[in-house]
Amino acid sequence: MTGPDAPDTALQPKKKGLTRRQKRSLSRGAQYVVFVAAVIAFAVAADWDRLANQFAQADIAEQMFPEVITLALKNTVLYTLSGFAVGLVLGMVIALMRLSSVGPYRWLAGVYIEIFRGLPALLIFIFIGVAVPLAFPGTEIVGGTYGKVALALGLVAAAYMAETFRAGIQAIPKGQMEAARSLGFSHARAMISIILPQSFRVILPPLTNELVLLFKDSSLVLFLGVTLEERELSKFGRDLASQTANSTPILVAGLCYLLVTIPLGFVVRRMEAKAQEAVK
Amino acid sequence: MSRPEIEIRDLHKSFGDNQVLRGIDLEIGQGEVVCVIGPSGSGKSTLLRCVNLLEEPTKGQVYVGGTEVTDPDVDIDAVRRRIGMVFQQFNLFPHLTVTENLTLPQRRVLRRDKAEAARVAAENLARVGLAEKADAYPSSLSGGQQQRVAIARALAMGPEVMLFDEPTSALDPELVGDVLAVMRMLAQEGMTMMVVTHEMTFAREVADRVVFMDGGVIVEDGDPEQVITRPAHERTRHFLSRLLDPAMADVEEEISDQVGKSG
Repeated sequence: MTGPDAPDTALQPKKKGLTRRQKRSLSRGAQYVVFVAAVIAFAVAADWDRLANQFAQADIAEQMFPEVITLALKNTVLYTLSGFAVGLVLGMVIALMRLSSVGPYRWLAGVYIEIFRGLPALLIFIFIGVAVPLAFPGTEIVGGTYGKVALALGLVAAAYMAETFRAGIQAIPKGQMEAARSLGFSHARAMISIILPQSFRVILPPLTNELVLLFKDSSLVLFLGVTLEERELSKFGRDLASQTANSTPILVAGLCYLLVTIPLGFVVRRMEAKAQEAVK
Repeated sequence: MSRPEIEIRDLHKSFGDNQVLRGIDLEIGQGEVVCVIGPSGSGKSTLLRCVNLLEEPTKGQVYVGGTEVTDPDVDIDAVRRRIGMVFQQFNLFPHLTVTENLTLPQRRVLRRDKAEAARVAAENLARVGLAEKADAYPSSLSGGQQQRVAIARALAMGPEVMLFDEPTSALDPELVGDVLAVMRMLAQEGMTMMVVTHEMTFAREVADRVVFMDGGVIVEDGDPEQVITRPAHERTRHFLSRLLDPAMADVEEEISDQVGKSG
């Protein structure tokens, strides 16, 4: 509007002390100093020798291989995937019930979600391990421990996935269903051919997140009582830790979890970025 | 003469306490093009959506091609196959290409084989002048092109009747013409059409009849020249004058508002 030497400084408040920018960088600098000081204090205070002795014994870690991968990690992945599969199918059914025009279906689905989302996964495992054999004496859940884990994890996962599916289906504009119906699609066929393929893109990232959660929850299998061959990462690590009176196996088991969850998290972020782009 | 293609008898529709349709009687003959006009909230879109039962009427009957659509035991999916519908918001399937938008309904609903569906799709895309967009995704098309694809998608099902729900209202003004041209072509080919629209020029030139609705009833029904040029009812005249000169109507409203506030 006016030139650089225009006499409009009189209209502006007098600048005293630091500018906003200077204040901001000063505050930022203070935060860095506090952070670095905390890290140094922590590093100095910790007894690294004892820690290394207890958690990083190379020979004990070596003992764990290859079983930690071929048995423990394999079982963890198996438990997780079977639970995820059960959760996927059951969650889809519950989501469709929740969106149904039939009142009792909606009600039942709502009750299911509230119960299984509200209970700790641990209690579900104990329930499956104890209550089911009591209620139905003589019956065995198909697949033994694997079947029980798939069921317990699936029951928990279904409650969360149902809500994810519901949100994904409701995110699709109403006009899509109307267009499909007006072309002669039945409600079910329109769901399968038109609505679900579109909502799948939306829910892929949250579903993968759910997979990460299940991966960690699979450690609860130890409350079912498992044989040596059925042990997964946590149980395997804990057993070895008590055998060797050293915690190195816990650290190794932890690293094995991260080996899977960190790449999965990376995949989720990639998918989210892609979904964001698709919206544009 | 055979019975009318669309027959609506004493149709009522309420949303809660809100009576949107209060007894509509309307017949549309085979090959006839009827434009439904009226102010917003007059129930014209609801009437159209009752014809293929996207809205369930509260009372009354609708017949299409001799089948009662409102019969509770009717196979509604079978009836809808004979009724094409075009929406204001196009409603193309965004996860499918243009060609797939046309072939998927044919294959899933009419059980046509792949080659046949592809042939019909190509034929109808050519009819609406968009053969070169066959492999594009809807999001890469302009609104006018999307609407023409939506018309082609409906036509690919071989409908006997076409319903248009304000097909040009969501379009930029310069894109309206292409869509109207396709609709004019359809009318000339003898398609039975029921069109809810604000395009008075189109109504005057293409329609066989114009129906003016207000407050959930049909106020006037006659040939376009009569309804649009020499309306018999005051309500029709008022609506048409506001439509033709919206700026004037706005000024009037502002003034009366201010008078109301100060008084």
